[in-house]
Amino acid sequence: MSDVSISPGWLTRLANPSRFLELSGRILPWLWAATLAAFAAGLVMSFNAPEDYQQGITVSIMFIHVPAAWLAMMCYSLMAVSAIGTLVWRHPLADVSAKAAAPIGAVFTFLALVTGSLWGRPMWGTWWVWDARLTSVFVLFLMYLGLIALNRAMDEPGRAARATAVLILVGFVNIPIIKFSVNWWNTLHQPASVMRLDGPTIHPSLLYPLLVMAVAFTLLFFTLHMMAMRNEIWRRRVQTMRHRAARAIGSGQ
Amino acid sequence: MMSHLAFVALAYGVTALTVAAMVLAIVLDGRARRRELADLEARGIRRRAAGADGIVS
Amino acid sequence: MMALFRRDLAIATRSGGAAMLAVLFFLAVVAVAPFGIGPDLNLLARIGPAFLWIGALLASLLGLDRLFQADREDGSLDLILMQETPDLILTVFVKSFAHWVASGLPLVLVSPLLGLLMNMGLESTGAVMLTLLAGTPAIAFIGATGAAVAVALPRGGLLVSILILPLAIPVLIFGVSASYAAVTDPDPFWPPFMILSAITLFFAALGPVAAAVALKAAAD
Repeated sequence: MSDVSISPGWLTRLANPSRFLELSGRILPWLWAATLAAFAAGLVMSFNAPEDYQQGITVSIMFIHVPAAWLAMMCYSLMAVSAIGTLVWRHPLADVSAKAAAPIGAVFTFLALVTGSLWGRPMWGTWWVWDARLTSVFVLFLMYLGLIALNRAMDEPGRAARATAVLILVGFVNIPIIKFSVNWWNTLHQPASVMRLDGPTIHPSLLYPLLVMAVAFTLLFFTLHMMAMRNEIWRRRVQTMRHRAARAIGSGQ
Repeated sequence: MMSHLAFVALAYGVTALTVAAMVLAIVLDGRARRRELADLEARGIRRRAAGADGIVS
Repeated sequence: MMALFRRDLAIATRSGGAAMLAVLFFLAVVAVAPFGIGPDLNLLARIGPAFLWIGALLASLLGLDRLFQADREDGSLDLILMQETPDLILTVFVKSFAHWVASGLPLVLVSPLLGLLMNMGLESTGAVMLTLLAGTPAIAFIGATGAAVAVALPRGGLLVSILILPLAIPVLIFGVSASYAAVTDPDPFWPPFMILSAITLFFAALGPVAAAVALKAAAD
C-alpha cells in the first residue's frame, strides 16, 4: 500500500522526521514566545476579572479548570486522529504523536480533576461526587494511564503503536459521553456555558479572560507536544544507532 | 472569603507546579536524548543515510 | 464455525479450565463481602445486587487474557489470522461468544445461589440474574479487544483488566441501576435494562472488529 498517494500533501512532506525536526526547531521558539505572552495576558486578565456575585473569588478557578478540561478532551481527540493515521495511512509520525501526547493529556486530565475538586469543595461542599461528568473524566484519566502502560509494555515501537491505536479508537466512545453528560443527566456540574449554539451564557468580563487562558493552555499543549515528539524521534534514533553499533560489533567489523 | 481565597491559591499553585514539572521533565528528556545522540556520533556511529531517508525505527 | 465454538468450549471446560476458575473466583469474592461488611442481613440485602455485579465483573475480567493466548501458544492463532478480515471478525465473535458461554454463563447460573446467601429477595435475585445475562456478554466482547491488544505480552493478564475496566464501567452502572430499579418501586426497570442491552449489542459489533484489527496489526 502506498501511503504517499493517500495522505494529504503537507502531511506527507511532514512524514520525513528529519524535516519535522528541522521545521519544529524553527517554530518552537515562536511557539514558546506566543505561549508565554498568552499566559501573561491571560493571568493578568484573570486576576483583574470581577468576582462573580454568586461564586465570589472562587470563580477564578474556572480560568484554569475549564482550559485543562478542554485540553484533556482535545488531546484524546488528537490521539484518535493520530491513531487513524497509524492504522490507515501508516504515517510514520502518527504514532510518535500519539505516544508523545498521552502523558501530556494525562497531566491535563489530572489538573482538570484536581482544580475541579478544589472548586467543588467551597461551592458544593464536597471534594468529589460520583456524577456523570466527574466519573467519565475520571475514566478518561484511567484510560490515559492504561494507554501509557500498554505502550510501555511493548518493546517494538511499531507493534506498540498499532495496538495502542486500536485501543485509543475504542476508548474514543468516552469523549462524546463526557461532552454531553451534563446535558443528558441532571447533575451538580453546571452545563456548558461557552460552546453553545445560542451564544455563551457567561458575562464578557469573565468570558474574555477564560478565552485567553484557553488559548494560552492550548498553545502550551502544542509546544509541549512538539517537544515531546522531538524527544521521541531522538529516542528512536538513539535506539536504531545502538542496534546498528551492536550489530557492527557482532559481525566483527 | 479568606478560605475561598486559599482554595483559589491552592488550585493555581497545584497547576503551576504540575505544569512546571511537566515542562522540566520534557526539557530534561530532550537534553538527555541529544547528549546520547552527540555521544554516539562522536564515536563515529552514523545513521543509515543520515538526514536523507524518512524511516523512524 | 460450530466446530470452532465446540472446540473453544471444550478447552475452557476442561479440568482446570477458565470456566471453573471464574466461578470459584466469583464465589470467593462474594463470600468475602460479609466478612468485610459484617453479618447484618438487611445491609447485605441492600448492597447485594451491587456486590454480585462487581463480583461478576471482576470474575469475567479474570480469564480474558487466555482468550487468544492459548491459541498463540499452540500456533493456531497464525492459522486463524490467515483468513480475510470479514471472516476473522466472525471468528473472533464466535470465540468471544464461546468464552462467554464457558465463563460468563456459569456466573449467571450461580448468581441465584449467591443471592440467597446475600439475603436478597426473590424479585431482586431474578433481576440480577436477568441483568447479568444481558450484561456479561458485553464484557466478553469488549474484552476480546483488550485480549487481542495484549496478546503478545508475556504478563498481559493484569494489563487487560486495567485496559478493559474503564470501558466496562457503563455496563456496571446500568446493570446495577436496572437491578435496583426492579426492587425500588417508583423507578422503572425497563429503561436501564434496554440501555444495558444496547451497550451489549454495541460492544458485540465493535469488540470483534477492533480485536480483529488489533490481531492483524500485532501479526505483521
